[in-house]
Amino acid sequence: MNETGSRQDPWLPPLDPVTVELDVNDSLVTCTVEPRRTLADALRGAGLTGTRLGCEHGVCGACTVLLDGRPVRACLVLAVQARGSRIRTVEGLSGEREEPTGPGEYEGNGENGEPGGGARLSDVQRAFRDGGALQCGFCTPGFLMLAQGLLADEPDASAERVTDVLSSNICRCTGGVPIVSAVRAVQRARKEAGS
Amino acid sequence: MKPPPFAYARAAGVPEALALLRDAGEDAKILAGGQSLVPLMAYRLARPSHLVDIGRITTHRYVRGDGGGLRVGALVRHLELERATGLTGPWQALREAAGRIGHHPVRVRGTCGGSLAHADPSAELPVVAAALDASVTLQSADGTRTVPAADFFLAPFITALEPDEMLVEVAFPAPPPGLRSVFEEFQVHSGDFALASAAVAVALDGDGVATHVRVALGSVGPVPVRAREAEEALTGGRLTERAAAEAARLAASAAGAAAGSSAASGEVPGGGADFRRELVRTLVTRALDRLKEKS
Ligand SMILES: Cc1cc2nc3c(=O)[nH]c(=O)nc-3n(C[C@H](O)[C@H](O)[C@H](O)COP(=O)(O)OP(=O)(O)OC[C@H]3O[C@@H](n4cnc5c(N)ncnc54)[C@H](O)[C@@H]3O)c2cc1C
Ligand code: FES
Ligand code: FES
Repeated sequence: MNETGSRQDPWLPPLDPVTVELDVNDSLVTCTVEPRRTLADALRGAGLTGTRLGCEHGVCGACTVLLDGRPVRACLVLAVQARGSRIRTVEGLSGEREEPTGPGEYEGNGENGEPGGGARLSDVQRAFRDGGALQCGFCTPGFLMLAQGLLADEPDASAERVTDVLSSNICRCTGGVPIVSAVRAVQRARKEAGS
Repeated sequence: MKPPPFAYARAAGVPEALALLRDAGEDAKILAGGQSLVPLMAYRLARPSHLVDIGRITTHRYVRGDGGGLRVGALVRHLELERATGLTGPWQALREAAGRIGHHPVRVRGTCGGSLAHADPSAELPVVAAALDASVTLQSADGTRTVPAADFFLAPFITALEPDEMLVEVAFPAPPPGLRSVFEEFQVHSGDFALASAAVAVALDGDGVATHVRVALGSVGPVPVRAREAEEALTGGRLTERAAAEAARLAASAAGAAAGSSAASGEVPGGGADFRRELVRTLVTRALDRLKEKS
């Protein structure tokens, strides 16, 4: 066995927190975590609490983030495994694909991970809001990231495919149909806009 | 639901991974996609002392033809197999099976080698390996050996892998002329593990006579089950409706026997032997129905 702590030692020791630099929403996020901590733990520990933890064993999808553009369960990725990947979380959604907000429409105050500094809800977020695709909101960040990944990767996904991919995550409130409808609506709107 | 502590190292290549495994001793484990191992650790059902992360190794992420056969590197993601549109004819079952593994985000991360090494009795890829006479290549710091699928899967979650070995590749031999394969499974909700699955491969000659038949079943026994009586009944005849019905019946009784013995020891959760037998009959019938039509 190698000497713990020596420079050449390839092993990160079990109980020593290590510094992990992550590329999250195009910014550098530095976390100090034990190797056993998951990406979801690390993100939440760094204040990015939009990523939720439900089951912590891969079945609910509340923790879904994009890793190199594709949706993954952040509870099944170790933080140390995510080094070198591009991570996107729900906090990175607002500000992209900006649409003008009408009078009285919600703009975040920039606190608690809400959109702020003039950032507005993304088209997917707006479609969720407009279509009643959230109630308690616990599952919403996971669904938003799942949808974001799907729409980017497979813009022409069939209705069946959209339903199948969205069945990866669990929503206890809406019954799921409004979520599918919202994602289909974004798909149509993007196609009409020719993007 | 947090994993217990372990030492961690990321391997840049296979030789480094093998050296790390050797260095870390018996209680070390390979971490590939983490889609089975991380939940097991969260439940504290696995407590490895060390994890050797092979997830970034790029040399074993290939799907390539080899003199009519097919070689798949251990780190090919389920999603890559699902999207490999070239996997048709003899390899169709592989692509179809990969597309039925868990949910999309699980397929983004999970690896072919991980699924075979994990040897879940309800997993899809081991069933395809059995139907297509695949063998796996196992490598350690001391050397390399090749093990046929039939000798690799020993019991639920137990394989022929030694603690210091890595599964580096699964190889499918050149198929007999005209071979086509399909995969069918039944699950209660999309993304669930299969309650029963079947990978069926048939080669028909110019007269429509079956010259080579494989029927492999999943989720009905401790390891993938070959329905040999069904295979024999079909070989040498045409795929008529009657022949298919008889083969499906024989496959169902093979499944019943396997499920009966393992259900008694608690190895097959969710559904009694009778139910699974019925599922297998339907799945094998569906598979043969698809195979009798010329694609
Ligand atoms: C919600 C959910 C649903 C799922 N549904 C299904 C399903 O329906 N069907 C199915 O088959 N699977 C399912 N899975 C599991 C998934 O397919 C895993 O990807 C797969 O079983 C393991 O692959 P992995 O790369 O993630 O391996 P890991 O989780 O990293 O490792 C699994 C085991 O294999 C060992 N291992 C991994 N790679 C190698 C290697 N190259 N050589 C030697 N040992 C190795 C590890 O040490 C560990 O013991 C599901 C998982 C989740 C979370
Ligand atoms: S918290 Fe990750 S899938 Fe449920
Ligand atoms: S809105 Fe409550 S769980 Fe989905």
